[in-house]
Amino acid sequence: MTDYLILRVTAKFLIPLILLMGLYVQFHGELGPGGGFQAGVIFSAGLILYALVFGLYRLTQSIPVFVLKVLSSLGVLLFAGTGVVTMLLGGEFLNYNLLAENAVTGQHLGIFLVELGVGITVASTMLLIFAVFADQEGHD
Amino acid sequence: MSYETQLIVVILLPLVVAPVCYVVPSPRVAWLLTLATAMSCFLIAVQLLLAVLDGGGFSYHLGGWAPPVGIEYRLDVFAAFVLLVLTAIFLVCQLYAGSLTGKSGIKEIPLAIAPTFFAATLLCISGLMGIVVTGDVFNLFVFLEIASLATYAMISLGRQRRALTAAFQYLVLGTIGATFFLIGVGLLYAETGTLNMQEMSTLMPELVDRRTTFTGMTFVIIGLALKLAVFPLHLWLPNAYTEAPSVVTALLAGTSTKVAFYALVRMTVSVFGLETIADTPLPLILLIVGALAVIVTSAQAILQVNIKRLLAYSSVAQIGYMVIGVGLLTVEGLTAGFVHLFNHALTKTGLFMAVGIMLLNTVDAKLPSVAGLGRRMPWTSAAVVITAFSLVGIPGTAGFISKWALLDAAMAQEAYFIAGVIVIGSLLACIYLLRLLDVMYFRAPEKVSEHMPDETLTVPFPMITALWVLAIACLWFGLFTEHSLSVAKLAATNIMGVQ
Amino acid sequence: MTDFVLQHFNYWVVIFLMMIGMYTVISRGHLLKKVIGLNIFQTSVFILYISIGYIEGGTVPIVAGQVVGNTGDVVYANPLPHVLILTAIVVGVSTTALALALIIRIRDAYGTLEENDILKLDQDSDG
Repeated sequence: MTDYLILRVTAKFLIPLILLMGLYVQFHGELGPGGGFQAGVIFSAGLILYALVFGLYRLTQSIPVFVLKVLSSLGVLLFAGTGVVTMLLGGEFLNYNLLAENAVTGQHLGIFLVELGVGITVASTMLLIFAVFADQEGHD
Repeated sequence: MSYETQLIVVILLPLVVAPVCYVVPSPRVAWLLTLATAMSCFLIAVQLLLAVLDGGGFSYHLGGWAPPVGIEYRLDVFAAFVLLVLTAIFLVCQLYAGSLTGKSGIKEIPLAIAPTFFAATLLCISGLMGIVVTGDVFNLFVFLEIASLATYAMISLGRQRRALTAAFQYLVLGTIGATFFLIGVGLLYAETGTLNMQEMSTLMPELVDRRTTFTGMTFVIIGLALKLAVFPLHLWLPNAYTEAPSVVTALLAGTSTKVAFYALVRMTVSVFGLETIADTPLPLILLIVGALAVIVTSAQAILQVNIKRLLAYSSVAQIGYMVIGVGLLTVEGLTAGFVHLFNHALTKTGLFMAVGIMLLNTVDAKLPSVAGLGRRMPWTSAAVVITAFSLVGIPGTAGFISKWALLDAAMAQEAYFIAGVIVIGSLLACIYLLRLLDVMYFRAPEKVSEHMPDETLTVPFPMITALWVLAIACLWFGLFTEHSLSVAKLAATNIMGVQ
Repeated sequence: MTDFVLQHFNYWVVIFLMMIGMYTVISRGHLLKKVIGLNIFQTSVFILYISIGYIEGGTVPIVAGQVVGNTGDVVYANPLPHVLILTAIVVGVSTTALALALIIRIRDAYGTLEENDILKLDQDSDG
């Protein structure tokens, strides 16, 4: 793949934009259309494009599979952890109102944290799936 | 902790421990984590059942959003009863799985993926418990898929390559079932405008004559029936149970179909409502497919050579008994169904565990391979005898209680045909299990293959303990019925809304 | 009659896709094609849900300026089915990923993805 000049140049141009778009969807999620799942998918699509053009090896060198595994678990734990914190604060599971002085701020913060967890998990799981599948191909 | 908090903790705990298990490098640590989780869940479930028996049901509002806007977790006697069964079976299965992580050479699950396996079991049980406590139909779908996805992965861990195709077959059929359920929920939502079970059940009587509602109900029931492996939709089950690692089979036999049965009862009896159901052909259909399941699959079980497959077919037949209990549409019928759920969970989990232990010392799970095992593995074989008796329904074992209750319920309804089916089913069960016991005790071991281990491997202590816990439970609940039967009766009256 | 057909246009699409999906799952022996059929089948349900949530002339369910209550004149599509279907899509993606993982391993183990060939190989190893 590394011989295709046009692909490499356009990919280099596109990948930062895709990642930026992913981050925008992630951090704008609680105010407008968006959210962790979409953001995670967009973000991982950028990285998968990188792997497709420059090779999986270079991707897994910068983000080892083990890190992806840990990240996907961390995302879930961040989600659940937010819920547990609200329970420790005396409310129900995922009752964001208690996260801040003000209920609206609390909701913002809660959704932000939960969506961050979702985003991390989705992005790393997508990459994990891609890495495992693409690696299989290499063995054939 | 208040009971409401315990209700959420019991679901949350395995869900949180699962990702931790996934990244823990040591199988031993992962197992200990899982065992601790299973223990805590079991203790919480006991407390919850006691609380419900004491003060009636209660609900938990996720995120502080009151239903019908928010998702609600609701616990009544039936839910608490099934929750206890699930956590108990899960605990025993984890005890049994402990030997997977040791050095005793049990190669069912490669050590390298053992942490992932434990994570999958935790996700599975979390999903199953979620189905039991949720009061929201869409949430039920989500939990159903969490549990199913974990199950597909666990089945594919089987030793032979056939496990992969069995898992794939189950995946295709399971997904179709879940999607049917989703279609049904969508149609019901279109009609009622709510996803909350309680609100839906209050709206149902006015809407029942509308075609959309009826179609939605049909889709929901077919989808759940596929998951439950009710007779003509059971084709995935024998393959999946046969090829999965025996610890997985034991876990699934005791939990997965039981929860599907719970979901079916919950949707039909408490959401759609008794009057609604009584007007449809559903009770008749349930009776017919239940009777067919008992007769046909019991007969099929007789023809099997593979012991795990034999027991799997018998599982489909047992599901038939439970479905008959619902089809009778009486408190007695439902009680019998619920008791059978409990007793069969103990019995079949025990039997599959025993087969798993026997597999340690045999080449395969075929009938001729276990010849003479009665002498070589006396303790395991004795447990097989007890659990097999319970499966047939010999007096003094748990299986007798539920079959008697079912027979009683059928006679009370003057459904003599059904009563006959139950008796014939038990006779057929007698035949296929006596075949097994006959080979185990009265056939000289043939030298089927040179791979046959000469020396009998000592069975790891946790495995045999787990098996005997279940075997003794089979006897205990056959002799002292007041607990299981009265709770089931309470659950049935509670869910039917009769006092 | 024509009106009835046209007014329920998206529901016809749903049924059409549903049948295509089911038929593909049942009739195709190739495991990969079964997964594709399964995906089409699931997609039909997504459209069903979104059709349920749609309201004629309704706008996107985003709070514009002030919060408009029930008495307000802004008609918006029901957002709940969209949320539900987002979840269902996630579930569908997970199922597909798992199915593909199984397919890769089946291909490694059997060397084929045709159902009939796999069945034959299984029977041969029995005999």
